Amino acid sequence: MPKDGGIGASTKRREDIRFLTGNGNYTDDINLRGQAYVHFLRSDVAHGRLNKVDTSTAEAMPGVLRIFTGKDFEGVGGLPCGWQVTDRFGEVMQEPGHPVLAQGKVRHVGDPIAAVVAETYAQARDAAEAIELDIEELPAVVDMKKALEEGAPLVHDDLKSNLCYDWGFVEENKAAVNEAFEKAAHVTTLELINNRLVANPMEPRVAVGDFNRSTGDSTLYTTSQNPHVIRLLMGAFVLGIPEHKLRVVAPDVGGGFGSKIFHYAEEAFCTFAAKALNRPVKWTCSRSEAFMTDAHGRDHVTKIELALDAENNFTAIRTDTYANMGAYLSTFAPSVPTWLHGTLMAGNYRTPLIYVNVKAVFTNTVPVDAYRGAGRPEATFQLERVIDKAARELGVDPIALRRQNFITQFPYATPVAVEYDTGNYHATMDKLEEIADFAGFEARRAESAAKGKLRGLGINCYIEACGIAPSNLVGQLGARAGLYESATVRVNATGGLVVMTGSHSHGQGHETSFAQVVADMIGIDAAQVEIVHGDTANTPMGMGTYGSRSIAVGGSAMVRATEKIINKAKKIAAHLMEASEADIELKDGKFSVAGTDKSVAWGDVTLAAYVPHNYPLADIEPGLEETAFYDPSNFTYPSGAYACEVEVDPDTGKVTIERFAAADDFGNIINPMIVSGQVHGGIGQGIGQALLESCVYDENGQLQTGSYMDYAMPRADDVPFYQVDHSCQTPCTHNPLGVKGCGEAGAIGSPPAVVNAVVDALQRSGRNITHIDMPLSPSRVWQAMQG
Amino acid sequence: MPEVKMTVNGKPASGQIEGRTLLVEFLRETLGLTGTHVGCDTSQCGACVVHVDGKAVKSCTMFAAEAEGAEIKTIEGMAEPDGTLHPIQQAFQDHHGLQCGFCTPGMVMSAAALLAENPTPTEAEVRDYLEGNLCRCTGYHNIVKAILAASGQDVSRIAAE
Repeated sequence: MPKDGGIGASTKRREDIRFLTGNGNYTDDINLRGQAYVHFLRSDVAHGRLNKVDTSTAEAMPGVLRIFTGKDFEGVGGLPCGWQVTDRFGEVMQEPGHPVLAQGKVRHVGDPIAAVVAETYAQARDAAEAIELDIEELPAVVDMKKALEEGAPLVHDDLKSNLCYDWGFVEENKAAVNEAFEKAAHVTTLELINNRLVANPMEPRVAVGDFNRSTGDSTLYTTSQNPHVIRLLMGAFVLGIPEHKLRVVAPDVGGGFGSKIFHYAEEAFCTFAAKALNRPVKWTCSRSEAFMTDAHGRDHVTKIELALDAENNFTAIRTDTYANMGAYLSTFAPSVPTWLHGTLMAGNYRTPLIYVNVKAVFTNTVPVDAYRGAGRPEATFQLERVIDKAARELGVDPIALRRQNFITQFPYATPVAVEYDTGNYHATMDKLEEIADFAGFEARRAESAAKGKLRGLGINCYIEACGIAPSNLVGQLGARAGLYESATVRVNATGGLVVMTGSHSHGQGHETSFAQVVADMIGIDAAQVEIVHGDTANTPMGMGTYGSRSIAVGGSAMVRATEKIINKAKKIAAHLMEASEADIELKDGKFSVAGTDKSVAWGDVTLAAYVPHNYPLADIEPGLEETAFYDPSNFTYPSGAYACEVEVDPDTGKVTIERFAAADDFGNIINPMIVSGQVHGGIGQGIGQALLESCVYDENGQLQTGSYMDYAMPRADDVPFYQVDHSCQTPCTHNPLGVKGCGEAGAIGSPPAVVNAVVDALQRSGRNITHIDMPLSPSRVWQAMQG
Repeated sequence: MPEVKMTVNGKPASGQIEGRTLLVEFLRETLGLTGTHVGCDTSQCGACVVHVDGKAVKSCTMFAAEAEGAEIKTIEGMAEPDGTLHPIQQAFQDHHGLQCGFCTPGMVMSAAALLAENPTPTEAEVRDYLEGNLCRCTGYHNIVKAILAASGQDVSRIAAE
C-alpha cells in the first residue's frame, strides 16, 4: 500500500480549499490599477463586405478612450496557425489570413469589427451601439458539401476555393484498400454526422493586458491552458514582442476542454491596446459572446465502410469525411481531422488495410478546433457505430465480433502509422462485463417493459493516442512546434521543494497529484512539495495541457528533474558521511550508507547545498535546482470498454440513461480519485453530445444556439451515477511513470455507447432502425420510430 | 448615484450603485467578494448563487438596489472564521465534488439551500434541485454524492471514487 500522499493514493486535493471558500484567483478576479475596459463590436451577419465603419459619433461618447478598427492592425501580424497539413497531392493546405480585427470582410457571426475601450464596461457597450456600420451582406456558405460546389461563394477571396485540404491517409494504401473491398464477403456502410459542439468551460474567457512604461514589458493575464504557447504565438507572430519582454499569466482557469488552448484575437488586442493607451485593458467574455467566438468542436460528416471476410474478420476500412474548419484556421485546427483522427481509425482491431480521406472546408461559421478528445472521438464514434451495425447485419453478438478482431499482440504497428506499445483489450472487456452486470440486463429489460419502456444495451471500445507528442514525429506531420514538456525542481535550504512545470492545471488537480509523485520519489511528506504553474515568468518553457498529456509528458519531465536532484543530493550525502556515492541509498527522506547505520536526513543535505561549509566544492556546485525537458518517444495509448443502458419512452422518444459503466486502462495511476473524476466528467460531456448538445446554424449562417437557453448543456438530472473502473493496468512502456493519461477517455468512449444502446432498444422492439444522428433528442428518436 | 446598504456575511456593507448594477456586480466589483462567479448571461448556470434572506438566489438576476436592507450570504461566509470548512464544503473536498472550481461556489450555496429545506434528500431530489446549476467538469457524479454525504446519508454504496 502506498503511504498517504504518495503514488497511488487518493489524496484529497489541496487546491479545493481555495476554490471552496471563494478564494480562487481566476482571471476575471484580477483588476489592475487604472484599468480600462474593452467591448468588441461583432458582426451580426455571417458574410459581408465592410464598406464603412464610422466611429466618429461613438468616439465622442462619455468615457470612451479610443476605438480601434481593422485599420489599426494593418501593420500587425494575423493570428497564426500552428499546424500545416500537406494534401494527398503533395500540396500544402490553403491557409488564409486571420486578422485581429476584421479587415475588408466579416466571415462569421461574431467576427470582431471594432474594439471600444472606455473607462467602464457600460460606457464601452453604450458607445459600440453608436458605431455606424455599412456592411454589404454576401451569400454565406454553411453546408460543407455546398461550400465545395463550383461557383460557391468564397469565404476568402484570395483563396481559389473553400477547400482547405484534401487529405488521404495512407494514400499509398488506397488501391489495396479498394481491392480488399471488392473481395469482401460482407461490407457494412454507415453515413453519420459528428455533431458540432461548443466546449463551454464554465468560466468564460477573460484577458487583461498591461504595459509597464518603465521597463517596456507587456503582461497578459489570460484564461489559457498553455501560457507559453500564447506568449510564443502572440509575441513572435502577432505583435512582434520578444519573449523576454512579454509575460503571460494563466492563473486559476475554470475549465478548458481544449477551447482555451488556442490563441485568440482578444488576447492580442488587450496586450496591444494596453501599450497603445498606456493603461491596463480588460475584456471579460459574456456567455453569449463565447458561443460565437470560442473555437467549436467536432462537426464532421462521414461515410465509413467496413469490409469483412467470410469468417467475420475485418479486412479493410474506408472512410470519407468532410471536416468543418469554420471561417479561419484556429491554432491547431488542421491537425484535428487528420493526425488526431486518421491515425486512430484502426481502433482496438486488427484491420490490415485502412484508407481515410478528409476534406477540410472553410465555411462562414466560428472556427472549429480541438475539443476534449479532438479527432479521436470522431474516429471512435464512426468505427464503433459501423461495427455495431455490421454485427446486426451478420446476426452476430457485437461483443463477440469485437473480441474476435481485437489486437492481442504488442507492440502493434497499425496500418495508419502509429505503434501501440501495450494494452489488453480482452481484460477491459472482461471487466466491463462484470461491472456493468450484463448478466442482469434481461431482468432489467423486463422491468422496463413492464413500465412500457424500451430498454437497450450499447457497448463500445475505444483507443486514443495521448501523451502528445514526439516532437520529431509531429514535425514531420506538419506541427510548427515541439511538443515536449518541462519542469524545474527547486529545493530550498530547509528541504521544501517547488516544482515549476510547463503543464497547466485548470481542473485536473496537478497541484495535488504532481506533488504526490515528487514526494514519493524522495520519501517526504507531500505537503513539502509545492507545484507552480501558469506563469511564463516563473516556469520553464513548456507546451501546456491538452491531449491528456500532463502526467505522461509533464509528469515525466518532473520525474527526470527530480532524478537529477536525487543524484546530486546523493553526492552531497556521500561527502557528508565520507562514503562512496555508489553506496548511498535514499529511502523515506533519509540518505544512508548501504550496510552501515550511518545516515543523514534530507534536510541536512539540502541545508549543506545552500550553506556549503562542509561541501565538495571542488566536485559540484552549491545549490539544489534542476531542470529537465522531456520529449516522449511515442504517444501513449489508453484504451477501454464502455457500456450504456438506456430506456426509451415509445410515446415521446425521450431517452434516459439508466446505467453507465466504464472500464479503462490508463496504465499506472497516481491518484485514483482524480482519475475517476476525469472519467466522470468526460462521460458527462459524451452523454451531452449523444443526447442533448448541438451547435446549429441556419442556412444564412445565423447561430441558432447562442446561449444556454438554446444550447442544451447536460444537467444533474440528465445523467446517472457512473460505474468506473481502472484496475486493468498495462503500464506505458516508454515513460518513467508508466502512465498513459486519462483526461479525454470519457468523452471519447461514451457517445457510441449511448447511440448503440438506443439503436439496440429500438431494434429489440422490432423497429428496423440502424442509425440516428446525434443528439438523440426526443423529436429525432420519435421521428425515427414513426418509420 | 444612489447608495445601497445591506448585510453581507454578517457585516454591514454599502456602496454607490447605478440603477442597472446587478447584485453580483456589487458583490464582485464593489465589495471585492470574487468568490461569486458569472458563468452566463441568461441566468442558467448558477455560478452566482448566493443566499438573500436565507433563500438561494441567482445574483445575476437581481439588481443590487433590490437587496437594500437584505441579509446576504456568499461563499466567503460559509466556513468558520478559523477556517474550518462548512460540512458541505468539507463533503465536496472529501468526495472530489469539484475540479476547476468555477461552478463550485454556486453549487455549495444551492446545496446549502436544499439541505435547509430538505435535510435528507433522495438522489433524485438532489439532481432535480441542481437543475439551475451547471457543471462542466464532474459529470455531476461527485457533486450529488457529496451533497448526499453532507446530509448525513451513507454514500459508501455509490460507485467508488
